[in-house]
Amino acid sequence: MNAPEQKLTLKDFASDQEVRWCPGCGDYAILKTIQKLLPELDTAKENTVFISGIGCSSRFPYYMNTYGFHTIHGRAPSVATGVKLANPELDVWVITGDGDGLSIGGNHMLHVLRRNVDLQILLFNNEIYGLTKGQYSPTSRIGTRSPSTPDGSVDMPLRPCTFAIGAGARFVARSIDTEAKHLSPVLKRAHEHVGASFVEIYQNCPVYNDGIFDYIKDKKTAAETRLVLEHGKPLTFGKDDEMGIRLNARELKLEIVNMDRDGVSIDDLLVHDETNKVLAQMLAELKSPEFPEPIGILYCNPANAYHTDFYDQRDAVRKKKGPGDLNALLRSGHTWTVS
Amino acid sequence: MDKRVDNTMSVVEDLSDLDLRAKAVSGVAIRFTGDSGDGMQLTGSSFTEATAIYGNDLATFPDFPAEIRAPAGSTFGVSAFQIYFGSEDVTTAGDQVDVLVAMNPAALITNVKDLAVGGLIIVDSDAFTSRNLTRAGYKSNPLEDGSLDAYRLLAIDITKQVVEVVKPHGLSHKFAVRCKNMWTLGLTMWLFDRSRDAAINGLRAKFASKPEIAEANVDALNAGHTYGETAELPTGIEVYKIPPADVTPGLYRNTTGTEAMAYGLIAGGQLAELPIVFASYPITPASGLLHTLSNQKQFDVITFQAEDEIAAVCTAIGASFAGSLGVTSSSGPGISLKGEAISLACATELPLIVINTQRGGPSTGLPTKTEQSDLNQALFGRHADTTLPVISASTSSDCFDVAIEAVRIATQFRTPVLILSDGYLANASQPWRIPDFNDIEPFAVKFEVEAAGFSPANRDPETLARVWAKPGTKGLEHRIGGIERDFETGDISYDSDNHQKMTDIRKAKIDGIAKYIPAQDVVIGNDSGKLAVVGWGSTHGAIYQGVKRCRAEGLDVSHIHVRYLWPLPLNLGELLSRFDSLLVPEMNTGQFVEVIRSRFLIDAQRLNKVSGQPFKIREIEEAIKAQLESHK
Repeated sequence: MNAPEQKLTLKDFASDQEVRWCPGCGDYAILKTIQKLLPELDTAKENTVFISGIGCSSRFPYYMNTYGFHTIHGRAPSVATGVKLANPELDVWVITGDGDGLSIGGNHMLHVLRRNVDLQILLFNNEIYGLTKGQYSPTSRIGTRSPSTPDGSVDMPLRPCTFAIGAGARFVARSIDTEAKHLSPVLKRAHEHVGASFVEIYQNCPVYNDGIFDYIKDKKTAAETRLVLEHGKPLTFGKDDEMGIRLNARELKLEIVNMDRDGVSIDDLLVHDETNKVLAQMLAELKSPEFPEPIGILYCNPANAYHTDFYDQRDAVRKKKGPGDLNALLRSGHTWTVS
Repeated sequence: MDKRVDNTMSVVEDLSDLDLRAKAVSGVAIRFTGDSGDGMQLTGSSFTEATAIYGNDLATFPDFPAEIRAPAGSTFGVSAFQIYFGSEDVTTAGDQVDVLVAMNPAALITNVKDLAVGGLIIVDSDAFTSRNLTRAGYKSNPLEDGSLDAYRLLAIDITKQVVEVVKPHGLSHKFAVRCKNMWTLGLTMWLFDRSRDAAINGLRAKFASKPEIAEANVDALNAGHTYGETAELPTGIEVYKIPPADVTPGLYRNTTGTEAMAYGLIAGGQLAELPIVFASYPITPASGLLHTLSNQKQFDVITFQAEDEIAAVCTAIGASFAGSLGVTSSSGPGISLKGEAISLACATELPLIVINTQRGGPSTGLPTKTEQSDLNQALFGRHADTTLPVISASTSSDCFDVAIEAVRIATQFRTPVLILSDGYLANASQPWRIPDFNDIEPFAVKFEVEAAGFSPANRDPETLARVWAKPGTKGLEHRIGGIERDFETGDISYDSDNHQKMTDIRKAKIDGIAKYIPAQDVVIGNDSGKLAVVGWGSTHGAIYQGVKRCRAEGLDVSHIHVRYLWPLPLNLGELLSRFDSLLVPEMNTGQFVEVIRSRFLIDAQRLNKVSGQPFKIREIEEAIKAQLESHK
């Protein structure tokens, strides 16, 4: 028992199932990143559980050689809550998408975040319904043409990180499917965080919504279109980090400044503080093309996880009442004997 | 005077027999009625407790409106609590009311139709103001216009009496008047010779932090009792003795179906050696179970109030996947929402218990009234071929045994089990001979721990139950899910032959449960003959009494009550075929009767009622006689 465990590798976490996503799907890259990350984490393989709902991303558990449960549309957060309540020792990951997690399952997402259930919730956002063949989703941009919106969608899209912060999530991050160097450390932080960790992953759907994240992924434009967040560092971007984000206090809004041109220095810029909820909310609202879009950890401000308070309360009651005795319970209150 | 052996004999006959001075009456039904804020449920339950301690057999029927505090004096805000008690076996709350306590005109007008001719009415005359009379829909005052001449009337200015009695406690008029229900309780306790001790202790415990309120109520209670002893009451209204019932010796308590169900789940968890995760969402009349279990944290039961019905069942399923027993509970509309997830539990072959405390429907329907109209939903109300065991509780205390049975079947066969209870069982209380938990056969669950030869698709060759390997077990990492799974490996499979095979085996597993449940028995009567009345669920009490009365008249009729609604007991078809005809009473438009007809090709007859009220014994009796007549 005390012999050191053999170091596990990516292969130990890959199941024997053939991966069935479309060629070029962003899900492949995310799968590889996670299979590579898990051996580095301090969690035993048998204690690792992946729970998903329905949709392309939700096939994920089948490809992991861990415990897994492919459930029903939108309900993964609820199933995962049950798993975590039954056994808080388990390390539970929820894999969902923009339709699964924010449309049919929006209510559960709201409540699992507010309750702060200790889960890693990875939302693969491709802004489209893939498995049902291309309908627009709650994150699709206005004007998205799809089989159900042939003349373009008219409704306002939801911003996942804004939703998560609004729901009371205490860990909110964003990363990109094919950028393992960024995604892996973000996932590692999400795993370390005790409580609900919400990670939005920009994910390309090559079949129904190809290239929607090219603006932020394309190496030629990335420096201008992304704001890489680092706790304690000024909010800079641009090819030479010459651009920055400043708070316009008079109008209470964020604005872009050019340190080369606007006569401002790095000291005038906002410094990222991942514990600041107001800042996180403002960052979550930044969107292209008006602003660079933040990637990294927008918000991290831990509090007791749900199971901690839940079981503390139960233990306190048990201490007061003593262990349960069913025969005594049945005989409690008024009883009488018939002889 | 004939020896009164039939508990249908009511106090009314004695009350009208002025010579008798009513020494012994075998059974009486009292109904306490008033505004939903008048405390009628407390009055009724206190009277019930005193009656149980006295040694009568009893049954109660609390009947309250869906509105929490309806406008005072309105007919739709009337709350009622009925208790039938007697010296023989009691299984219903009584067909007709013998004593009606009405705290206002609305309570009188909505309940007097159920009072037996010659029955006793006790009213608070102070409440019969022109305003209240108009609100209740009276054109003239029934206390004065002769419309109650068919009954005995005891009109007392209870309000005045109470205000006087509690004056020394210095309560405001508002609080003083609230003691009216206890004064009335005291009077009825005098009338039926009940001890006030338990009620007094109960009041002092309930208002421990407000002793002046407690003592005011105690004084009111005693004053009501004294009033009965000393006031010059009309002839024939005096103490009635209902001798204690001849019941099986043992230790007894009162229980509602809600309590018995909660305790049964705790017992089931212990017998299976599994923690229980009870996840639910508030809905009338099912919420009581969530409340009761939430107070039992000292046991291995955790409760979770989910954000909706779907989250509740999914949380329960997640808990079962993780190695606990997931339980969820609701009423019909909520069960509809859970349907998709229940099918997931069928597909993944995980244990799950779903409790449906049925109410009047469809849609919001009659949330506080009872019905048995979710049988079809239980049997067929999911997508695809998702057959699952359905068992029903027939009395409040039976909920205990049914809950244990559900845990046994769910855990041994790795399947969702649906329990059908209803609003009547959940709220009604009856005396219960307390079982000794140590006498119940345990059925400990064995989780898979052996990695060699493991597949998540492995099955027990006898029961066909799928292997249960819980996360955290080294070497047994596996995936389950809603996509069809390969029979051998458990991997996802779209193979057509495999789907046929998996569908067949899921069905065979559930059908096979019939081998592991008791054979169908006959409650009373012979196991063959002219007529069997076949019931399920909470109609038990009325059918039992109806059949018993008919048999006392020499009629050839038996009572069969089916607990296992799916799969049906193996001998049921053969048993039913031994009767010339069948009568199936149900509080729906005819659901189980269709199961019997289609399953056994028997021309079973129906008796249906969906008024939100339980069957009356008389209705069963009349239907039995009519059917025997037509089959002559």
